[in-house]
Amino acid sequence: MSIARAERLAARPWAARLVKPEALTGYGLISPAVFLMLVLLAYPFVLAVSISLTDRVLGEPGKFVWLENFLKLLQDSLFRQTVWNSFVYTISTVFLKLVLGIILALLLNQEMPYRNLVRGALLLPWIVPTSLSVLTWLWMFDSLFSVVNYILLGLGLISKKIPWLGDPFWAMVSVIIVNTWRGLPFFAVSILAGLMTIPRELYEAAETDGARAPRQFWHITLPLLQPVIAVVVLFSTIWTFADFQIVYILTHGGPINATQIFATMAYDVALVAGRIGEGSAISLFLFPALLVVIILLLRYLRRE
Amino acid sequence: MSRKRFRIVRRIFGLYLPLAAFLFFALFPFYWMLISSFKGNPELYNLQANRLWITHPTLEQFQELFAKTAVLQWLWNSFFVSFLTSMISMTFGIMAGYALARLRFPGAQVFGLATFVTYLVPTTLIFIPLASVVQYLGLSNTIWSLVVTYPTFLIPFCTWMLIAYFKSIPRDMEECAMIDGCSRIGSMVRIVLPMAIPGIIFSAMFSFTLSWNEFVYALTFISSTTHKTMSVAVPTELIRGDAYFWGELMAASLIGSVPVALLYSFFMDYFVSGLTAGALKG
Repeated sequence: MSIARAERLAARPWAARLVKPEALTGYGLISPAVFLMLVLLAYPFVLAVSISLTDRVLGEPGKFVWLENFLKLLQDSLFRQTVWNSFVYTISTVFLKLVLGIILALLLNQEMPYRNLVRGALLLPWIVPTSLSVLTWLWMFDSLFSVVNYILLGLGLISKKIPWLGDPFWAMVSVIIVNTWRGLPFFAVSILAGLMTIPRELYEAAETDGARAPRQFWHITLPLLQPVIAVVVLFSTIWTFADFQIVYILTHGGPINATQIFATMAYDVALVAGRIGEGSAISLFLFPALLVVIILLLRYLRRE
Repeated sequence: MSRKRFRIVRRIFGLYLPLAAFLFFALFPFYWMLISSFKGNPELYNLQANRLWITHPTLEQFQELFAKTAVLQWLWNSFFVSFLTSMISMTFGIMAGYALARLRFPGAQVFGLATFVTYLVPTTLIFIPLASVVQYLGLSNTIWSLVVTYPTFLIPFCTWMLIAYFKSIPRDMEECAMIDGCSRIGSMVRIVLPMAIPGIIFSAMFSFTLSWNEFVYALTFISSTTHKTMSVAVPTELIRGDAYFWGELMAASLIGSVPVALLYSFFMDYFVSGLTAGALKG
């Protein structure tokens, strides 16, 4: 850097700060990541908005139609059902994962033989490729050969076969079971991590004061787990809301759209039917949910 | 004596039985995948037999799979994409994570926040326009479309994990090295990276797993059989119309699941500590 240039920069304090070696190194180090994010994340998002405002179909550019796609969707009964399904799917699975996750974390936090092995085994559903494990569930729910029915009938818990994927109600139950199966390890491990940070002395003090296990849970464990629970629930909410593979492989949105959710409908409309403008609009309905989750998370993390 | 017995009963009902139920729920699908792939078709579709056991184990399904499908090609594609994308993402993630954890420069906080936000963006929000971008880049229907796009969700993850790890390493050691004449980058490579190895291994492994398991982009960008990855090829190529070859499907699912399960069993300690660390910081 020439002296003249350095002097010029010194006259502008913000510019001087920018060219400080530390700042230069910083910008250099983050630039590849930032570049990739701009090109392959920010730009596609802008593109999604602009495509959703056109009536573009596969192979044709389409013309600008303002908010027509969105307005049409809001009046479409199939889309309304998709919205309803997405909420049912998200709320029930997040609730199940949370309750079961707390129970499982409490169990795993106790002393037991082979504890690490047990913890590892319970994580498997979360590690293995979802599309492949969901295929196994598809086979387990097969209309003729369902092993789930085989076991339930054998144990005498049901008297006739359950039409897992063939009936609108049971199809929703099926996708909820599989999503819970897949997401439970994430909840359990995160909550377990939270449990391990709670000091033992708190429980010992409660013990001497005569508080029994349920009261200890409500007054010590749950309040102290609150930060972990909030983060886990928010993460899981957006992931489940935008989920694709479980429904795509298990029911493909059916029967008669009983399990159609945002992502599967967007895929069908945009890439199967070729109505790209409309499909983009469906995808964008995920954005408000994402925004709410981000705002809540940032607020929460700032308070912590 | 009765007190001791009470304690045993409580342990059985309060710990072992519920835990056994959870283990059954978590592991039964894998057991079913395993035994289905070692059964021959007559046994697989025999409703009269004891279906929870194998009487005539056979490798038929695997032989069929290797003879009739491009399963080795799909496995190779998965390895290639997962290895390359996790390496790229780790490199960029280490650079960005170090900068955001250690260096002070205008805008650093905003970038940190942006990393966190992009980590949350679901792939299903942008997969439609991203397909146009991939096409514009001339990468449609090649595995390079995945090599280019997977880092968009891996880099934010790696960066975010590594910021936390880098922050936990004391600054003094680095400053000593820099006083002794080491450059900023030199001290990062020689002092900080070796100390962050557990975090780096965890992030690399998890990136590999995320790439290996990715479905939406691979389904959208790739249509040729020979360019597909395991997670997409098995459900799309092995189900032909209404015909489900369950034995082959389960054998292929097993083959696609074993690599990540193995990887993870070798590095389980890093994995569990990494996960819990992430959850605590998150």
